[in-house]
Amino acid sequence: MNAKTTAPLTAATSAAPASWRRAVVNHPSWFPVVASALLLILLFAGAQVKFGSFVTPGVLSSLFVDNAYLIILACGMTLVIITGGIDLSVGAVMAFSGIIAANLLQNGVNPTLVIPLMLINGALFGLMIGVLVQYFNVQPFIASLAGMFLARGLAHVFAPRQIAVNNAAVLSLNNHKFRFGDWYFTGTVIIALVIVLITAWLLARTRLGRTVYAIGGSESSAKLMGLPVARTKVLVYVISGTCAGIAGLVFTAYASSGYSLHGVGTELDTIAAVVIGGTLLTGGSGYIFGSLLGVLVYGVIKTVINFAGADQAWTRISVGVLLLAFVVVQRAIVARASRR
Amino acid sequence: MVDNSVVVEMRNISIEFPGVKALDGVDLTLRAGEIHSLLGENGAGKSTLIKALTGVYAIDGGTINVAGATRTFHGTADAQDAGVAPVYQEINLLPNLSVGENVMLGHEVRGKFGINWKATHEKARTYLKELGLDVDPRSLLASHSIAVQQLVAISRAVVIDCRLLVLDEPTSSLDRSEVDQLFAVMRRLRGRNVAILFVSHFLDQVYEISDTMTILRNGKLEGEYPINALNKKQLIEKMLGRELAELDSISRAATRKIDRTGEPILKVLALGRKGAIEPVDLDVFDGEVLGLAGLLGSGRTELARIIYGADHADHGAIQVRGEHVRFAKPRQAIDHRIAFSSEDRRAEGAIADLTVAENIVLGVQAKRGWIRRVGSAQQDQLIAQYMESLGIRPNNPNALLSTLSGGNQQKVLLARWLATAPQLLILDEPTRGIDVGAKAEIQRLVVDLAESGIGVIFISSELDEVMRLAQRIVVLRDHRKIGELKNSAKTGVDDIVAMIAKEGAA
Amino acid sequence: MTSWLKNLMKKRIMWPVGALVVLILVNVLYRPSFLKITVLDGRFYGSLMDILRNSAPLMLVSLGMCLVIATRGIDLSVGSQMAISGAVALTIISHSPTPNSLATVLGAIGVGVLITLLFGIWNGFLVALLGIQPIIATLVLWLAGRGIALLITGGFITTINSAPYKTIAQGNVLGFPVEFLIGLAAIIVVVLLVRRTALGVLTEAIGINPAASRLAGVRSRGIIWSLYGLSGLLAGVAGILYSSNIMAADSNAAGNGIELDAILAVVLGGTSLAGGKFTLGGTVVGVFIIQTLASTVTFLGVPSANVSVFKAAVVIVVVVSQAPMVRNWFGRQFRSSKTASPTATPVAMERTAA
Repeated sequence: MNAKTTAPLTAATSAAPASWRRAVVNHPSWFPVVASALLLILLFAGAQVKFGSFVTPGVLSSLFVDNAYLIILACGMTLVIITGGIDLSVGAVMAFSGIIAANLLQNGVNPTLVIPLMLINGALFGLMIGVLVQYFNVQPFIASLAGMFLARGLAHVFAPRQIAVNNAAVLSLNNHKFRFGDWYFTGTVIIALVIVLITAWLLARTRLGRTVYAIGGSESSAKLMGLPVARTKVLVYVISGTCAGIAGLVFTAYASSGYSLHGVGTELDTIAAVVIGGTLLTGGSGYIFGSLLGVLVYGVIKTVINFAGADQAWTRISVGVLLLAFVVVQRAIVARASRR
Repeated sequence: MVDNSVVVEMRNISIEFPGVKALDGVDLTLRAGEIHSLLGENGAGKSTLIKALTGVYAIDGGTINVAGATRTFHGTADAQDAGVAPVYQEINLLPNLSVGENVMLGHEVRGKFGINWKATHEKARTYLKELGLDVDPRSLLASHSIAVQQLVAISRAVVIDCRLLVLDEPTSSLDRSEVDQLFAVMRRLRGRNVAILFVSHFLDQVYEISDTMTILRNGKLEGEYPINALNKKQLIEKMLGRELAELDSISRAATRKIDRTGEPILKVLALGRKGAIEPVDLDVFDGEVLGLAGLLGSGRTELARIIYGADHADHGAIQVRGEHVRFAKPRQAIDHRIAFSSEDRRAEGAIADLTVAENIVLGVQAKRGWIRRVGSAQQDQLIAQYMESLGIRPNNPNALLSTLSGGNQQKVLLARWLATAPQLLILDEPTRGIDVGAKAEIQRLVVDLAESGIGVIFISSELDEVMRLAQRIVVLRDHRKIGELKNSAKTGVDDIVAMIAKEGAA
Repeated sequence: MTSWLKNLMKKRIMWPVGALVVLILVNVLYRPSFLKITVLDGRFYGSLMDILRNSAPLMLVSLGMCLVIATRGIDLSVGSQMAISGAVALTIISHSPTPNSLATVLGAIGVGVLITLLFGIWNGFLVALLGIQPIIATLVLWLAGRGIALLITGGFITTINSAPYKTIAQGNVLGFPVEFLIGLAAIIVVVLLVRRTALGVLTEAIGINPAASRLAGVRSRGIIWSLYGLSGLLAGVAGILYSSNIMAADSNAAGNGIELDAILAVVLGGTSLAGGKFTLGGTVVGVFIIQTLASTVTFLGVPSANVSVFKAAVVIVVVVSQAPMVRNWFGRQFRSSKTASPTATPVAMERTAA
């Protein structure tokens, strides 16, 4: 763990380093986020050179619109992963929430009632997983796997076939474009960005958020320091579940339907985006902003492959390769740090 | 202005684990403005008592009074609410967060938009300054030495306005100047009427800093004494009780003649690793026990690990029977019939969920690789032989290792190595944390092994033990070899202590 | 309760076996023909035979998964590897001028399986040598693998006509389906490999205490590496079985989600995801539980996609019944004696002693 150096009792970094160096020493966890940002810029630059007109307001706007649901899922997932857990249920909970909404809307229930129900549904799934993890000592992987099976299965029980959504209010979340010149954004993008801001604030500026980092750093220490570990651990899954509920709304608006097979495999896409965004799967380190970048990297790759007219198979391959590159670099950094 | 009122009073505390009475009717009284040492051998119940005091364990009997009121601790949070702040041996802080946050976690300064980081770090800085610690609160905790981290943990205790500070082995990885700084902080806190419970196996430090001491033995209370009531010898006798006599029954093997004319089993030339151990020379001959003496953190474990290939040497050379070798991993050392038993039995020795039999055969099996399984007949023979000769109890090869006592686990691990027929055995603290009977058995075993021709490097923080077993002793201090002495009837523990102390003064 | 029964109850494997028995009883109750096996044209038919036959791909994958989990690892890429081996084998056969020749088929299978073996070794390289967390290391291939399979088939579903290839899934030997026999052979080979050599005990040692195993001289890297390779190889064979069943390489559907079923089978069987002790017997039972459950649900007329609700229910019941909290509670109900210190565990004991 800690190098047994007999450094002087004043700061170990007493060699008066330049402020940027101090920033690196004090915040090594930002390093992968910066790398992710650089990668994104590189992708944009490369695509611009290749296709001539890639970095346009239209493309950038659609990047956000197409990936709004993934951004929301990634926010919740980031919290869970920072505690050292994982939530495999998000894709299925998103689909199930969508089914509930589509069902109710089809039966003429008012969206003002439907939307809260979607969120509550997500939160309940999160609560179930959190309670299994915290109070029944079930590994997060397994607990959320159970949540995933349950949500997917229930979705199918409720609606074996795709249900079209015609409710104008819900559809307008995705279809009504607020235009600023060539730029545009939609209600779904606003929701996603609000979630980003809320979760980022939560992590950086609240005791809940700091406890999340503390649990990821060392759960036993956090407990011994008297932090509310149990409550926080349950809460991150509830937050992630709620995010999945919100993503269900956004995805329903985006796909204008509810379907039990929506978002199959999204959980692993989300995890990949979060890791590319610099969050350590071992917990204790990561940022919402990084996850946002991770989702954008993912989105840009998809768009680039679309532009190139190549097989979509390449999306998965390139995201896989990127993921690999990121974890290898992370691994190298950790190895170097521990050798010091 | 010390008022000496009782802060915490534990009466008649009992704690039972399945099959063991860890604490049996123990009392502990802690007063404001007093540094109180808790003493006892490994396994005497110190850690258990501390865990009861800090709310980690629930007590099965007795009462805990805090400032006159009886309290029941359901968890660490309860104890902290009562003003009990622990600083554990393995520092329980969060390496992934900043120093300031570690100090203030749960007590951050909050503004309109949540936590106000600037104010929080400023406040942390003042708390750290109060303890004479000049560190940037924004720096990452992991970037600091253990000593600084320890003081950060104490700062945190000050933040939560503790009435009782519990320091469990805080000095074990500190050097002298760091200890001085810690003691200065402890005195300052004592002046502020904080009660301090201090646990350390360095008796000199106990005498230096504390006002009162409570001694435990085998889970029972031996007594509470003012610090001046007992001298060091009396204290040790109280801690060991009858056990001292038992250990003395081991013949003094140290003066045995060793033939050093031939090729040594192992010769180490200027072997070192930056930050762990400065270049060291040493050699071990057939049938010799070479002691490595030095305080915890003097580099003895580091040296042993480098010889074994568990860590990489960045300097120097190793010869086994005159042949130059390089050990990049333990297996290469094993191939040269060198065995190493780690000081951390639980983390680096025992495979707890495997049976005794599987643990014994593991060494031989690992050497052969997975394809060629050791035959059942050979397994049975090995297991029977070593369970018999080492007296492993219970005599059931199919028991899980985790169900055995510490001493018997240690014997199983020795059996694992002996089964591989080593020519050199490196034993790092083989008697730590085991009861006295087993201790004597293991010491006798070391003597027997050496007499049968095996070379042994024996590491122990108990100098008596080293003196009793080793023919030559290499003394380490501050990651350096500071000397080597031949053991004889005339040499004693004092010679080593003098050597270490003299170096320290220089 | 007699003592032998008590001892039996203590064995972990009793729980999954009990669950399987209950499932079978439920089936027998609702459809008496469940256990019936009829012989027609020298072949065995019946629900049980279907379960045995259909469980083969999951069986292969779960055996590999069990060993990987024992090393504290996990292999999420098995489904993608199934897609790859199917895609490779069928592409070779469909491009061959002699799709009906045994040599072509065997060659195609060999190449397909060899490639997944290499991918398994790749996973092992990431985990054992680079030290990347298994969940992430194999997530890479989970993501990329299906893409690779799609590229091999050119994005289409490759279909073939090849009699020998069809035999794998649909043929019979001695009245038994070939697919079942392949699964059975895999069980036997893996059990022999693990328990006749020292691979099993060394794997457990690595899973229980990696640091101690290293110091004891166990070649952890090599073992972990080969087990990921084995997992890839078994997934490759499973991919062949799958593609032979539908005589097509459907890169999107092949083995989709099987990694989760396999993990479920391993956990149901009583092997902890934390690694260490493993039981192949339990894993086999776990596979049968999942397959019987699927068969039951289908029989009850519930669409097969709804099986996952039942799977979720089983997972929750099993993990909750294994939770320390629940066990303690049951312990208190059945024991009048005073409970041991509530927070003290043997592990904590060991720590105090150290």
